[in-house]
Amino acid sequence: MNRADVDTKIRSLIEPFNKKGIAITDQTTFAGDLEFDSLTVMDFVAAIEDEFDIIISMNQQAEIETYGQLVDAVCKLQND
Amino acid sequence: MSQGISQPDQPVIREGDTPDLFSKFDPLIQQRKDLLDSGIEDPFSLVMEKVLSPTSAICNGRETILLGTYNYMGMTFDPDVIAAGKQALDDFGSGTTGSRVLNGTYQGHREVEQALREFYAMDHAMVFSTGYQANLGIISTIAGKGDYIVLDIDSHASIWDGCALGNAEVVPFKHNDIEAMEKRLRRIPEGAGKLVVLEGVYSMLGDVAPLKEMVAVAKRYGAMVLVDEAHSMGFIGPNGRGVAEEQGVIDEVDFVIGTFSKSVGTVGGFCVSNHPKFEIMRLVCRPYVFTASLPPSVVATAATSIRKLMRNADKRAHLWENSKRLHAGLRKHGFQLGTKEPQSAIVAVIMPDLERGAAMWEALLKEGLYVNLARPPATPANMTLLRCSLCAEHSEEQVETILGMFERAGKRVGII
Ligand SMILES: Cc1ncc(COP(=O)(O)O)c(C=O)c1O
Repeated sequence: MNRADVDTKIRSLIEPFNKKGIAITDQTTFAGDLEFDSLTVMDFVAAIEDEFDIIISMNQQAEIETYGQLVDAVCKLQND
Repeated sequence: MSQGISQPDQPVIREGDTPDLFSKFDPLIQQRKDLLDSGIEDPFSLVMEKVLSPTSAICNGRETILLGTYNYMGMTFDPDVIAAGKQALDDFGSGTTGSRVLNGTYQGHREVEQALREFYAMDHAMVFSTGYQANLGIISTIAGKGDYIVLDIDSHASIWDGCALGNAEVVPFKHNDIEAMEKRLRRIPEGAGKLVVLEGVYSMLGDVAPLKEMVAVAKRYGAMVLVDEAHSMGFIGPNGRGVAEEQGVIDEVDFVIGTFSKSVGTVGGFCVSNHPKFEIMRLVCRPYVFTASLPPSVVATAATSIRKLMRNADKRAHLWENSKRLHAGLRKHGFQLGTKEPQSAIVAVIMPDLERGAAMWEALLKEGLYVNLARPPATPANMTLLRCSLCAEHSEEQVETILGMFERAGKRVGII
């Protein structure tokens, strides 16, 4: 899957968690803009992990602040 | 807690542009201030002026039934336990002033480790200064760089802190969800070391883990398994060894973590294991090495208490009755509880929000009942809980009295 496909998939996965319907760009932050709390993060990460059959450990999550960083990380994990 | 937290920042303006490192706590300070300004007694600074028995004390000047201790077996005033502590104070002094690996291992430390080996029928036992340190030390030391820790999202703070102190990859899964755990184990890269961390009883809601299934899955993926049995020791399982024993999988568990601060009735923590190389932990586990060992009186009371916990079938049966009676009574009064059926000695009452939770906590205290108020982030799903933990020494009449107090307080606060 190329970056555009990964982006499209994650965009659809994020929808149920984007309660306020915020417009998502690569710069959108999870904690600040989307106001994800730790429970939302767990459910959202689980949805992505299941879709792409990958693990995003908490250590890796700590490095991911924006939507763009997440898409990049998933692209990389998929190819590992 | 001091009164100081309600004072303004001092100095109000700092030199240069440096931020006050305490600014990050402002929202919490404000939340606390709002709560206290509403006139409520501070739920987090209760003082027990006098302890009358394992189940009653004078708190903030009132005689109070204790329903929020972890003194499950009521061992704190056991005459044999107290006598052992006094004798050790006389014979060995008030403290060891040293690490277990230097001058801090006394006869009593050896004896309490022997008592633990017998209690759990395991080859090795290592005693730490607290249960918190046992989790911190064992988890951070055995799971290293490149290894994976798979753990329940509702794990105790000491388990999370053990993960944070080490260098392993940390992968949480949804509470008690066997399939979610399995998926994560399946995706771990080939060849990586794996540690699954579970608890027997989860202390917030008092629910137990499906250890039989979870341990089987963990073993299928070649993971080592650590189970924290802090809240089940002496009570759950045919020999009181915990939920893993109750569900018949204790032989598959690699490490059991426990504490002396609950059923044992003193302070301290431990890990028991059959791993043939386990003893090396004493040299490499920093929270074991770089801290002073427990005082002689503490290990003497612990050893005596543990040996008595091996033979207490009657007390266990009575504690179960208490738990069932309280659970059924609270349900009947219309309270929302953390579990459908009582699964442990903890019964969690779910509050609609922090304000009403604190009001209910205070109303109960005024009735003469102490329970634990638990709130986010310590609680699952951001719930506010009134956590009741029962003791084998609570009488049937006391439980009925407690139910009456809950009913009156609940109506006054408008929760039922
Ligand atoms: C599940 C669990 N593990 C560990 C601990 C820590 O025990 P201790 O009080 O001995 O530090 C506790 C108690 O707070 C606990 O609930």
